[in-house]
Amino acid sequence: MTILDKLSTRDAFGEALLRVADARQNVLAFAADTAKSMGLGPMAAKYPDRVIDVGIAETNMMTAAAGAASVGNLVFAATYSVFSSMRTAEEVRTFIAYPNLNVKVVGGMGGLAGTYEGVTHQATEDIGMMRCIPNLAVVVPADASSTEVITEKLAEFPGPVYLRLGRYAVPKVFDDNYKFVLGKANVIKDSGSDATIICNGVMVGRALQAEKLIAEKGYSVRIVEMATVKPIDKEEIVKSAMLTGCVVTAEEHNVIGGLGAAVAEVIATLCPVPMKIVGINDTFGESGHHEELLDKYGLSVGDIVENVLEVIKSKKCTK
Amino acid sequence: MTGEDQALKAVAQNVRRNIIEMTSKGGGPGHPGPALSCADIVTALYYKVMRIKPEEPNWADRDRLILSKGHACPVIYAVLAEKGYFPKDWIYSFRKLGGKLQGHPDMNKIPGVDMTSGSLGHGLSAGLGMAIALKLRKSPAKVYVIIGDGESQEGMIWEAAMSAPKLGADNLIAIIDYNHFQSGGVTDNILSLEPIVDKWKAFNWNVVEANGHNIEEIVNKLEIAKMNTGRPTVLIAHSTKGKGVSYMENNNAWHQKVPSAEEYSIACKELV
Repeated sequence: MTILDKLSTRDAFGEALLRVADARQNVLAFAADTAKSMGLGPMAAKYPDRVIDVGIAETNMMTAAAGAASVGNLVFAATYSVFSSMRTAEEVRTFIAYPNLNVKVVGGMGGLAGTYEGVTHQATEDIGMMRCIPNLAVVVPADASSTEVITEKLAEFPGPVYLRLGRYAVPKVFDDNYKFVLGKANVIKDSGSDATIICNGVMVGRALQAEKLIAEKGYSVRIVEMATVKPIDKEEIVKSAMLTGCVVTAEEHNVIGGLGAAVAEVIATLCPVPMKIVGINDTFGESGHHEELLDKYGLSVGDIVENVLEVIKSKKCTK
Repeated sequence: MTGEDQALKAVAQNVRRNIIEMTSKGGGPGHPGPALSCADIVTALYYKVMRIKPEEPNWADRDRLILSKGHACPVIYAVLAEKGYFPKDWIYSFRKLGGKLQGHPDMNKIPGVDMTSGSLGHGLSAGLGMAIALKLRKSPAKVYVIIGDGESQEGMIWEAAMSAPKLGADNLIAIIDYNHFQSGGVTDNILSLEPIVDKWKAFNWNVVEANGHNIEEIVNKLEIAKMNTGRPTVLIAHSTKGKGVSYMENNNAWHQKVPSAEEYSIACKELV
């Protein structure tokens, strides 16, 4: 039985942001009519002057965030992923990443979490867009607990980050002891020997379910949570590839440009082994319930199982 | 004319001379026309209006300048070099591989540059963010943004214009370098900004106008902006593209072009 988080990742972000704002006077949050919908409510209630809502004007918000960071502030600029990664891609690139300013670009409704809103509010290309911008770190938390830890940890990192959040509560994966280091993978299950699943976001919970089904088939898998897509933990990818001889990635994103691509770049150049990418197969989504969308667009538990079994088989062929 | 006015005119003339140096001897074609257009504005700002400490470029409470029309950057580089932010010989590294003086302003490579710019339409938003943040921490600093008339066609300028009065950014001062030309031709033909004064008034800004080449007038008008009236101020500076070099004035061929040896020597003679 799946247990859902009490908080959505964006509300968890908002709780953590308030603690960050309590601890640091220089923290500002910028919104584009998204103060409520991005979880900035707690901070706005306590520090109304420090949450700046510019109205429905995302490009203005993002470059204003850069300006505020340039005079010494730690700025969280929050709108939906589809806007923060695409409508404001140039603002993030030229005015935040290029000057290496301390802005955390926060995207809500990442992946298919835009659900019933449909394609206009779903961001299944955001990681790819953000990942090819120099200086910019890219982070995808899995659930509410990890989002809180990650938000607080990112406040300690002085550079620009793209933080991708969801919309509704997602299945709980981690407890309050979650640890996060930017750029470091989190090995959730290190006993597996037949394949490694490298995953992030909502796919972590699904990978854990897949692992049980794969065990029933007689195989054991290593599971690595890769919340930081950039800078990617090359060392852990190589280690996992050498230990298990094959890798499957799973992400709520297009198969092009995201976690799978980042892992493939490492595997292909440093440690070639058979690999599969579980993701959305280069198509747009549609309106629907989040879990049902994930299942329909190639991100079901069964999709992970199938890809793992196939990659194990191809490993045997190459031997 | 007072002695000080004459001294400032001489400074501006020297700025123009260095714009010609950079755009004649730099690594690639720079933008002399747009830089000459705002040479008097930039001189007024750095020599009379802004609170700065060149010996301490990162002074937290300094006034900021954003050159939103970043392609005019030789004008900023000329003034910063003269003020001692970096060695004067850096101007010969303009647009050259390995040089500090990038084709458009880079806040990390060039001391005294307060904000990276050059992608048009962004400067006012960056200035807005700075102004709000500075006000929140009770800094007396003002934020000046020089905006091209051409780039005022960007929607983002008007997003920032709409939000600045609402957010109480009365420490934000925009200056429109209104020379009526843009890269592709005459602004009034491509997409006119008129009625420009009414537009800014309708967006709840204090609007003042000045001759963009009368330093004394620019300084006086900006004194009004400094009074923190509860609203941001925009100065519409009526200017001439290419001002100060006879063959460049109102000749849009000089938007981006390298002077020949002969043209260079004519410009040098005119800018004495």
